[in-house]
Amino acid sequence: MSASAAPFVESMRAAALPASGIGWLDAARHEAMQAFLSAGLPDTRNELWKYTALRALEQRGYSARDESASTRMIDEGTFALPDIEGTRLVFVNGVFRADLSRLDDLPQGLSVQPLSRALVENPEPLRFLLSRHATEPRDSFASLNAALASDGVLVRVAPAAQIEAPLRIVHLGAQAEAAIACHARNFVELGEGACLRLIEHYAALGEHAHFTNIACEYVLQKSARIDLLALQDSAVGAALFRRSDFHLHEDAQLELHALELGGALARHELRIALDGDRSRAQTRGAFALRGRQHVDTELLIEHHGRDTASDSLWRGVADGRARGVFHGAITVHPGADGADAQLSNKNLLLSEGAEIDTRPALEIHADEVKAAHGATIGQLDEHALFYLRSRGLPAETARILLVRAFCAVALSGVEPQALREHCDALLLAHLPRENAQ
Amino acid sequence: MLKIDNLHVRVAGREILKGLSLQVNAGEVHAIMGPNGAGKSTLGNVLAGRGGYEVTQGSVAYGGRDLLQLEPEARAAAGVFLAFQYPVEIPGVNNTYFLRAALNAQRKARGEAELDSREFLQLVREKLKGMQLPPELMNRAVNEGFSGGEKKRNEIFQMAVLEPKLAILDETDSGLDIDALKQVAEGVNALRDPKRAFILITHYQRLLDYIVPDFVHVLADGRVVESGGAHLAQELEAHGYAWVRERKPAEAAA
Ligand SMILES: Nc1ncnc2c1ncn2[C@@H]1O[C@H](COP(=O)(O)OP(=O)(O)O)[C@@H](O)[C@H]1O
Ligand SMILES: [Mg+2]
Repeated sequence: MSASAAPFVESMRAAALPASGIGWLDAARHEAMQAFLSAGLPDTRNELWKYTALRALEQRGYSARDESASTRMIDEGTFALPDIEGTRLVFVNGVFRADLSRLDDLPQGLSVQPLSRALVENPEPLRFLLSRHATEPRDSFASLNAALASDGVLVRVAPAAQIEAPLRIVHLGAQAEAAIACHARNFVELGEGACLRLIEHYAALGEHAHFTNIACEYVLQKSARIDLLALQDSAVGAALFRRSDFHLHEDAQLELHALELGGALARHELRIALDGDRSRAQTRGAFALRGRQHVDTELLIEHHGRDTASDSLWRGVADGRARGVFHGAITVHPGADGADAQLSNKNLLLSEGAEIDTRPALEIHADEVKAAHGATIGQLDEHALFYLRSRGLPAETARILLVRAFCAVALSGVEPQALREHCDALLLAHLPRENAQ
Repeated sequence: MLKIDNLHVRVAGREILKGLSLQVNAGEVHAIMGPNGAGKSTLGNVLAGRGGYEVTQGSVAYGGRDLLQLEPEARAAAGVFLAFQYPVEIPGVNNTYFLRAALNAQRKARGEAELDSREFLQLVREKLKGMQLPPELMNRAVNEGFSGGEKKRNEIFQMAVLEPKLAILDETDSGLDIDALKQVAEGVNALRDPKRAFILITHYQRLLDYIVPDFVHVLADGRVVESGGAHLAQELEAHGYAWVRERKPAEAAA
């Protein structure tokens, strides 16, 4: 079949990692690669990929690594965030950069390690994490990630530890001689009653068209709480595939803010499993797209425990010929009685050529469930626009003000204020100016 | 200041204004009365520059310029202000932020220095005096969750801050109780000035007990069918709009 000869698949096959000397790891990687090669890339017949065709990606080949990744000069300003200091791990084109990272003076109870280092120093505890997926049916990108990710982050928060200062994981895509494929695998585990703030930051240095594939897994033990900001501001030419899996035990809490700004083709699949009774997830997110960007967010929430709650507010804005996809699917499984599931997704089209597809889906198989689910697609309110202009605001200023206001709910709750304002400014920088009249 | 000459306006393919003429000089207060659907709001909207109105004939000169050629924001900067019949709720846009941005945009367009937040807050405090607008409304989103009366008073408050040259109030009195009506009237009277003109669009004579106009015009079927002094409002109140139509049958039918 032609798919097997596709440049993308070929370049991934050629990128197979050299033997690590760890038998179980090499076997798991091999198995995962076989799984990817036999499945190929998903096509639009797959429900989860209905609006995101990968034909163009399939025709591209990527270099397996950036040979200069560990030596490139990087200005720290490219990934600076206001009022955010402290512990961070920085990856440049997929390669861990100790020189840019800050891992000294870790607060008590926080353990952070690059995966590559852990695999060298003490691989055995990772055996379960890294090999179990090979036998499960997984999606193609997850298989690819399992086969090719040689780095990533391991985070552990000790029971009851309250980590106030945010931990930052930075993936910087830097301009290189060729388009690079980068894979990273992150594991974050919070012990019982632990608390962590985490920022995942995807930033760009120069123009590039790298392919990045990130798999993150979060496990929140009983009563743990994570506050996560996922800030995606990749290069406009980048292809970025992320999958984030969250497992919440009893009384655990997730508070998520996601901002999707960059990428020619970006996809984020969020799978939130509310396993434990009374676990709760609050998600907020926005995308602002222009040009020919294609950005797809899949938010899949599974209520398993009793009296679990999910509350999701997402906003989308598309201009130019951009295409936004939002799929918000909530499943309340048998036994998840007393669940409360709220999802609202509102979208704005700023131009004729832009398109947004939103697919809300709600399945309830339990009793005493409170659920509300809504999605809209509209244009800027002409009445509001005229009102603002009639008071003297130029058309462009008025438009931008309305779009920012529209997205504001997705950013509310981002702390500290300077960080929220920074996110707002990034959003602003992504808003169109050219179609102001 | 404002000279409207034989203005014809179409909305959604239908002619709404059919040869309206009106002259307003600085310092004057004009009341425009007329039955529902006469075209009063259409006039206000056309003057403020709302889209969707097609001027098929006639002209509007404002301060010697062709008003109809200006974008809404340019009209605002030139001193035109419309208090909306239905003020718009704008979730997520802070009232104070919006008003300062608007004032500064106007000042910038006129080549004046912008106000910093301290200067602006001082101005707001001063203008809020006597307005009986709960100060906490200033920190809410524009008009969001405001009562009908609060929305109308917010329009008057914006007018006080923006200090327009030509203020058009579109039924700012409707839906107000007597106290709110008096406050709106006080707000307008406080701004009366030899350099400023008002067009008060109203359905009822009630407002004109508190703001005494220099001229009253009756707008019916897209035209000014009768003009007079403040007393005309009382006659209208006594006899109703039909009275005007009966007195001007020839013109109204033309
Ligand atoms: N946007 C519009 N589309 C269609 N018809 C309109 C629109 N605006 C006003 N009209 C019509 O124009 C006429 C005059 O309306 P309006 O100016 O609001 O009257 P008034 O303010 O005197 O009550 C009415 O018949 C109204 O239905
Ligand atoms: Mg009206």
